[in-house]
Amino acid sequence: MMRGCSSRAKQNQDRAVCMTNCPTLIVTVGLPARGKTYISKKLTRYLNWIGVPTREFNVGQYRREFVKIYKSFEFFRPDNEEGLKIRRQCASAALNDVRQYLTEEGGQVAVFDATNTTRERRETIIQFAEQNGFKVFFVESVCEDPDVIQENIVQVKLGSPDYTNCNTEEAVEDFMKRIKCYENSYETLDEVLDRDLSYIKIMDVGQRYLVNRVLDHIQSRIVYYLMNIHITPRSIYLCRHGESELNVKGRIGGDSGLTPRGKEFAKKLSQFIQAQSISDLKVWTSQMKRTIQTAEALSVPYEQWKVLNEIDAGVCEEMMYEEIQDHYPLEFALRDQDKYRYRYPKGESYEDLVQRLEPVIMELERQENVLVICHQAVMRCLLAYFLDKTAEELPYLKCPLHTVLKLTPVAYGCKVESISLNVDAVNTHRERPENVNIHRTTEDALQTVPAHL
Amino acid sequence: MRGSCHPKNTRDRAVCMTNCPTLIVTVGLPARGKTYISKKLTRYLNWIGVPTKEFNVGQYRRECLKIYKSFEFFRPDNEEGLKIRRECATSALNDVRQYLSVEGGQVAVFDATNTTRERRGTIVKFAEQNGFKVFFVESVCEDPDVIAQNIVQVKLGSPDYLHCNSDEAIEDFMKRIKCYESSYQPLDEVLDRDLSYIKIMDVGRRYLVNRVVDHIQSRIVYYLMNIHITPRSIYLCRHGESDLNIKGRIGGDSGLSARGKEFAKHLRKFIQEQNIKDLKVWTSQMKRTIQTAECLGVPYEQWKSLNEIDAGVCEEMMYEEIQEHYPLEFALRDQDKYRYRYPKGESYEDLVQRLEPVIMELERQENVLVVCHQAVMRCLLAYFLDKTANELPYLNCPLHTVLKLTPVAYGCKVESVYLGVDSVNTHRDRPENVNVQRSTEDALQTVPAHF
Repeated sequence: MMRGCSSRAKQNQDRAVCMTNCPTLIVTVGLPARGKTYISKKLTRYLNWIGVPTREFNVGQYRREFVKIYKSFEFFRPDNEEGLKIRRQCASAALNDVRQYLTEEGGQVAVFDATNTTRERRETIIQFAEQNGFKVFFVESVCEDPDVIQENIVQVKLGSPDYTNCNTEEAVEDFMKRIKCYENSYETLDEVLDRDLSYIKIMDVGQRYLVNRVLDHIQSRIVYYLMNIHITPRSIYLCRHGESELNVKGRIGGDSGLTPRGKEFAKKLSQFIQAQSISDLKVWTSQMKRTIQTAEALSVPYEQWKVLNEIDAGVCEEMMYEEIQDHYPLEFALRDQDKYRYRYPKGESYEDLVQRLEPVIMELERQENVLVICHQAVMRCLLAYFLDKTAEELPYLKCPLHTVLKLTPVAYGCKVESISLNVDAVNTHRERPENVNIHRTTEDALQTVPAHL
Repeated sequence: MRGSCHPKNTRDRAVCMTNCPTLIVTVGLPARGKTYISKKLTRYLNWIGVPTKEFNVGQYRRECLKIYKSFEFFRPDNEEGLKIRRECATSALNDVRQYLSVEGGQVAVFDATNTTRERRGTIVKFAEQNGFKVFFVESVCEDPDVIAQNIVQVKLGSPDYLHCNSDEAIEDFMKRIKCYESSYQPLDEVLDRDLSYIKIMDVGRRYLVNRVVDHIQSRIVYYLMNIHITPRSIYLCRHGESDLNIKGRIGGDSGLSARGKEFAKHLRKFIQEQNIKDLKVWTSQMKRTIQTAECLGVPYEQWKSLNEIDAGVCEEMMYEEIQEHYPLEFALRDQDKYRYRYPKGESYEDLVQRLEPVIMELERQENVLVVCHQAVMRCLLAYFLDKTANELPYLNCPLHTVLKLTPVAYGCKVESVYLGVDSVNTHRDRPENVNVQRSTEDALQTVPAHF
């Protein structure tokens, strides 16, 4: 849980005062194809999801914008003066943008994604951070397993803009030579020489970690997260409970059981899961009847999580939207104005939901194949994490009943397959209406309410 | 922490299933904080609901040997001593097996030096035979100040040194450490690469983590990486008396009564007098704690997870009304107050789960004042004072009283400071009769007085 306030650093000659909530600069370290960008993007996605404004700055991107056409590994040769000059300029440009983001644009964390393989380069960055009052945390990835490196190249390098005009063999050969350019000058983070730095060294894709001088809460959370992610191929299946009695009545929340169609869905879900032939599938539900009843039909062990319970609508529990408009027109409008942060009286907001779902996400990262049977608002939050959706988009993500989303991590993101199990259900998705003004008419307020009995 | 299934025995190697028990094994020279870590970790795991027990081999040795003479017992050439120490370790492991396989334990912490690869090999075999996962926790430290402080804090008061003066005790203990040093084989990055472990270096400055295999190990690592031994105090108190408190109503989100505001002023004075360095102040997101903190005139942070337990359908009711409308629920709650969940509300068990991040952050922090609520304060207090789930819901946390908790040796010193402002009593003891058929009179027997 990230809590508000960030106080900005005061400029004091060449060294800004670093206060408790001063911004953090995460700096990746490692040879090419060691997963730095994968880690940067994933970490950025996670931090943004839990509410910490974070952005990544990939120096390779800056280089591509500058150099326009990538010719070959020769650009990266340590004796290529022109290349070195350009690369230094790109790093500086990126750091300038980092400063802008953290000091003026309200960013809390910046991830500086580059090889940063020499102590000299890292020292430059540390000085930059000191001048600006940023804390620095290094994330080094060390790996010598040729299979892992090969897989990395296949997954993310072959498709890189650098290699659009090469065939696979040419690309792999060039990239291996590119790695070689860095190897001679690589100075790994050293237990003695770098003992005063804050860092985590990730070895062999997470088999082993060295953690040095974790200073604060955010660094502690980052370390915990990085120690829980893995790259073993797997899929996460997300779906809602089968259609419930309150669903068909157009009522939100509550703890009702499945309708006949909902039970039909549960059977189809069981067939679907069996057909998928998933190795060691874990099944998770909430502690509400409708998800439990759905899981029961699968005839496999499942685990109930209270934190997977649907968003608590407080005083609006079990109401129809028409009733909410009738009894709480002001609240109804306020919710439409800021659906992510709006908290039902005596209830929760999507923002609260994300906070309580964080342990679920952490455990999903640890696990392999998992089926999560949950609820509309909960599923939107989980989906937003995997698909990197913003707080604005999250509450309007489409998560229809009787549809399974299969998420498979690929390259730097997530492949999504949407599978409708062909059992009819009411639509429970309410779009943001045009008129969110608190003085709007009932008709305007109820414009987007889906049909129900 | 969910469920637990126990391993099936097949010949000499039990199948280790997802939820099979975990054996945590400490490693390190004397005075490196192994027992401190063992006890703290055990306390944390039990609080979050993972049945855990520590097995301190030194204790077994004290029971076997009765009288400790000197460090000579620990000399590597003392055959008699070695024999006894091996027997004690075996005896402790037997009890570990009993606890994990028969008594429903989920985690056992085997607290001993375990400084040789040979000894650790024996333990790994023992675990394999019984279907336990093994996780090593090694503490490495060469800072003489830290070691000296350790000896002063926990060794001088040890039963071993009751009849010595400080200098004698320290001298003997330093020789005891020497006995282990020559045979010490720290966990090695290469030789022990297949083991699961965390190596804690220099009291948490640096960590090496190898092969974390499951959820519980991941949580243990996270916890160990967040604790520290910097001296500090944690202040716990409730909000000032609220309007609903006076009316004998539970829950809700009311403001402070006049006396509650008076308390807030006294709290401000108390805090100033304590002269606490860099005090952090935390509140819930409910009016009564916020109003209390506002009075302190210092920045404070609001945590939703510090909100009072949600009493669901019983929110804002008096106990008399709960008895009238939900007599069955009222009795069920008295039968198992820790696990009982108000309809559409929460249980103490739920509360502990949502407070876990607060505890984790309290561990990271130094001086903190937490202004919270009765049930919440009971949960936090239970963590610091190692109270069981049965005791927790009945801990006394009266209004207008600050509890100052200061870690000392292996536990926590508690100072209770009443700030001299009257308030209602909101503590309802467990009544004698918890039967669902009980009379109203019996049900309301322990309800505290109110308007």
